[in-house]
Amino acid sequence: MHGDGALLACAGIHKRFGALVVLDNVDFALKADEAVGIVGPNGAGKTTLLSVLSGAQRPSRGAISFQGMNVTALDAVRRCRIGIARSHQIPRPFAAMSVFENAYVGASAGGNLHGSLAYDHVIDILRLCGMLTIANRAAGSLGLLDRKRLELARALATRPKVLLLDEIGGGLTDSEAIELVATIHEVRRRGIAIVWIEHVVRILVQIVERLICLDAGRVIASGSPHAVLTDPMVVKAYLGGTAA
Amino acid sequence: MTQPGIRVTHWTQASSRSVGFVVALLVALIFVPLVAGANTVDRLTTLYLYVILAAMWNALAGYGGLVSVGQQAFVGLGAYAAIKLAAYMSAYPALIIGGLLAGAVSLPISSIVLRLRGGEFAVGMWVVAAIAHLLVILDPTINGETGTSLLALSAFAAETRRAVNYWLSQGAMVVFLGLLFVLLRSRIGAAVQAIRDDEDAAASVGVRVLAIKRLIFVLAAFGCAIAGALWLATAITFQPRTYFGLQWTAYMIFMVIVGGLGRFEGPILGATLFFLVEEIFGAAGVWYLIVLGTTAILFALFAPRGIWGVIEDRYGLRLLPLGYVVSAIDIEGASPPSRTPVRETEGETISSAIKASAQTQLAGSEK
Repeated sequence: MHGDGALLACAGIHKRFGALVVLDNVDFALKADEAVGIVGPNGAGKTTLLSVLSGAQRPSRGAISFQGMNVTALDAVRRCRIGIARSHQIPRPFAAMSVFENAYVGASAGGNLHGSLAYDHVIDILRLCGMLTIANRAAGSLGLLDRKRLELARALATRPKVLLLDEIGGGLTDSEAIELVATIHEVRRRGIAIVWIEHVVRILVQIVERLICLDAGRVIASGSPHAVLTDPMVVKAYLGGTAA
Repeated sequence: MTQPGIRVTHWTQASSRSVGFVVALLVALIFVPLVAGANTVDRLTTLYLYVILAAMWNALAGYGGLVSVGQQAFVGLGAYAAIKLAAYMSAYPALIIGGLLAGAVSLPISSIVLRLRGGEFAVGMWVVAAIAHLLVILDPTINGETGTSLLALSAFAAETRRAVNYWLSQGAMVVFLGLLFVLLRSRIGAAVQAIRDDEDAAASVGVRVLAIKRLIFVLAAFGCAIAGALWLATAITFQPRTYFGLQWTAYMIFMVIVGGLGRFEGPILGATLFFLVEEIFGAAGVWYLIVLGTTAILFALFAPRGIWGVIEDRYGLRLLPLGYVVSAIDIEGASPPSRTPVRETEGETISSAIKASAQTQLAGSEK
């Protein structure tokens, strides 16, 4: 069905803001059921790559395909509706709506579910993300941790085939990290492919079988987590700059 | 996939009762022109038109996040279209068709103004209203700011006119509030509020932002245009400055802010209060407007949820509910929980009902 087996792929992606080149000829492919982590120093272009994949931003050059179909021209709304969902690095809850209603918007709009099918799906997802007990709470009253969980829940509610995660693991305690890893394992078990930007590498490596390292808008390494993390280029770019 | 023990409520018994009460009240109100005096009928007609205007502004700003200061464009165009059409047909068909035509003008306008966000949209709508006003003055048959009258109405006896105006206004109120209620209770209602809270995030979960904003914008325009045409039916005279005046928007903002922004019941309460205040203090001229403005500012600062918001928070009262409440089935008979925060006992009940299954699920995935 999916041509060469890639579920989501991009080729020759350039993104510039004025004179600033944020993505420079990025190639990337994700197989169905695969989980890939993206690492790299701040300003490497990780979030921009995610935005280009999700349709929130148009690439200056290059093409994006999903299930063998060219989706470069599709906006974020349509990409979500065909199965590409994202979470935001800085959570963007629908503040005046309840946790349930936040996820319900995802299920009914992106997931195209009606009535009790939508309700059941949302409750299932809220349970998976550990948010069912606070389903009636206003999203604006949540703390940062729950806001990040809500980002995950809302994206999952759209019934994605690919989930693009942007730093949902930062600032977690050990037990919270274990919970998150268990949740993401369950997401994978349901056959959802994952692209995950994360600074907390010890969480990331428990999930992904492949890492990509971006630096200054270019892919400087790609492969197994161990290979990438010991790559001299990566060590220089990623760990050399700051005390990580 | 089914969720034993957990229930999602989008409707309550209390709301069935309150909707029943509202319907009964509306049916009773149909007979007012047959029993009440002329003054009462006229005033209720005015109240209905205020309710329409307030509900439309609330739909725009309170649910859609579209703060418009130019809704008088549609009030004025509705009346103007009725004046023009009256040259070709009887007065009442002209009023209704005129209102609908003016409402339809919002479609092309929406393609321009809905590209603007926040304050830009507000200013854009003001510009639209100013342009509409100026274009209408250019029409020589209107006699500039002097205006004209819907003389065709004099074909009807005063009593008939009064009753017909009343029924048309009540009918329009029922139609627009009913449409809005059904719309906001549908999936679109949740999507509209998501757009209000964060437009880009709404797009990221698949909400068709522009189409849904347009739907709300066009509905609100139809409501204001019909209200403008019916206002002409009661006033007969058409002076552009009055119909395209900013005071319409000021009134709408007052009614919605005081009644309760983003609450379905809010503008109905706000319109009733505004109507009473106007009845009592309306003769005080400029001072009346100053007090009106000050009140709205005080509410915005100290009670931003409006009177209905305060009632709702204190008593958990939700007569015409639009939201969703999750509850566990083993607490049947208990009233649905207020939205913030979940009551402790309730949270406990849900958590005990779900914790077991969540744990088995997680344990299974770790193996």
